[in-house]
Amino acid sequence: MTTRNLVLSIALTALLGLAALAPLPAAHAQGAASAAVAAPDALVRALSDDVLEAIRKDPSLQSGDIARLNALVDDKVLPYVNFEKMTRLAVGRSWREATPEQRQALTREFRALLVRTYAGAVSAAKDYQVRLLPFRAGPNDTDVTVRTQAVPSRGEPIQLDYRLEKTDAGWKIYDVNVMGIWLVENYRNTFAAEVSRGGIDGLIRTLVERNRALESKAS
Amino acid sequence: MMLVRRCGRVLAALALAAAAAGCATIPPGAGSNPADPLEVYNRHVSDFNDRVDRALFKPLAEFYEAVVPELARECINNAFRNLGEPVNAINNLLQAKPAEAMTDVLRLFWNSTVGLAGCIDVAAKAGAPRSNEDFGQTLGVWGFGPGPYFVLPLLGPSSVRDTAGRLFDFLRTDPIWYLDNIRLRNSLVGARFVDFRASLLPAERVLDVAAIDRYQFVRDAYLQLRRSLVYDGNPPRLRDPEEDFEENGAPLPRSK
Repeated sequence: MTTRNLVLSIALTALLGLAALAPLPAAHAQGAASAAVAAPDALVRALSDDVLEAIRKDPSLQSGDIARLNALVDDKVLPYVNFEKMTRLAVGRSWREATPEQRQALTREFRALLVRTYAGAVSAAKDYQVRLLPFRAGPNDTDVTVRTQAVPSRGEPIQLDYRLEKTDAGWKIYDVNVMGIWLVENYRNTFAAEVSRGGIDGLIRTLVERNRALESKAS
Repeated sequence: MMLVRRCGRVLAALALAAAAAGCATIPPGAGSNPADPLEVYNRHVSDFNDRVDRALFKPLAEFYEAVVPELARECINNAFRNLGEPVNAINNLLQAKPAEAMTDVLRLFWNSTVGLAGCIDVAAKAGAPRSNEDFGQTLGVWGFGPGPYFVLPLLGPSSVRDTAGRLFDFLRTDPIWYLDNIRLRNSLVGARFVDFRASLLPAERVLDVAAIDRYQFVRDAYLQLRRSLVYDGNPPRLRDPEEDFEENGAPLPRSK
């Protein structure tokens, strides 16, 4: 049963924040500006609902259309997620030695991998509702965890937590936990091993090749 | 004796299947992660497991998934997990959570009767969710760390602590193990395994995309998940990852 949960959570890690990667419908674009200063739990709430609604409405998203997912991530989700921080934390200490170009490439490729993973899981997401667990934060907190549950129409709820950081541009999600597994943490060792084998460029190469292989498999 | 002989034959076939395919690739620096000193052994066993799985378990599970309708599979899965309620209840008690243990007992009662031998999780619909406890977690609550990551032949990811826990659950609290009818017992164990393997299929499809190094990804997910379960889903933060960016900052220990 443990292993069952393990693999389930890996799959769901791929859901990677129903909120973190998925699209916001245009109707909420106007809400974006106000959400940027909203409380972190309100932000997660709005983002989760919007994302699920968008998935339910759009069959091409449900079938995992990568171009469409990417366009929507760029358009709607980017304002709420700090992909660079996500990548920086996953890369760990070698980030310090990376040039700006390398950092850019790492962030771009890691994001592409996450979007691709998410695309494979998105069809299951439409059967879920998101429920927020009680949230408490002091007025001076700058780093919080918002805990939610994704509740399916049948079956057991799934733990889905978000770490957010307060920035000048409002709260930004920088890590997602699915059933006990933090996304960033789960890539740290793999990234470190790649860097120790082939340097930062080696890690970039691995990610590029990986994305390319997945692309050719999908088409 | 029959059983022993039959098991022997199955295992021989498995060994043959695995041997036919060669060796695992061991990356340089294997075993340097403090959480995984047995990495070289673990990678070999994982590789063996994957081969057996590809040759036998996965095709079987895919066949089951293709032939049995979803609702029936859900029913079977619920029924097997209903048999796991004693494990949940006993471990909740051992972890000093009597209310949860009571819930598990009531769940077992209602689901076994109204829920048609566990087929339908009526208790969850009534607001009593299933817990997920085992003796490995109990040991964790008692203060034992996971020890080295440890991949079990055929059974997959574990740790030294969780292997001990698993043995205890298996021998002491798994109801199927108490059946006198050996043939029935073995059939149930087999069916439960197919049910279990089939339940992993959707997740595995995603894992195939997400993982760069499958072994590492599964290992790190396992260790994170188990730590989370020991704290019932809300473990204290291990460290601030930003510490990695402070000069001279040594990494903090990873495990509980």
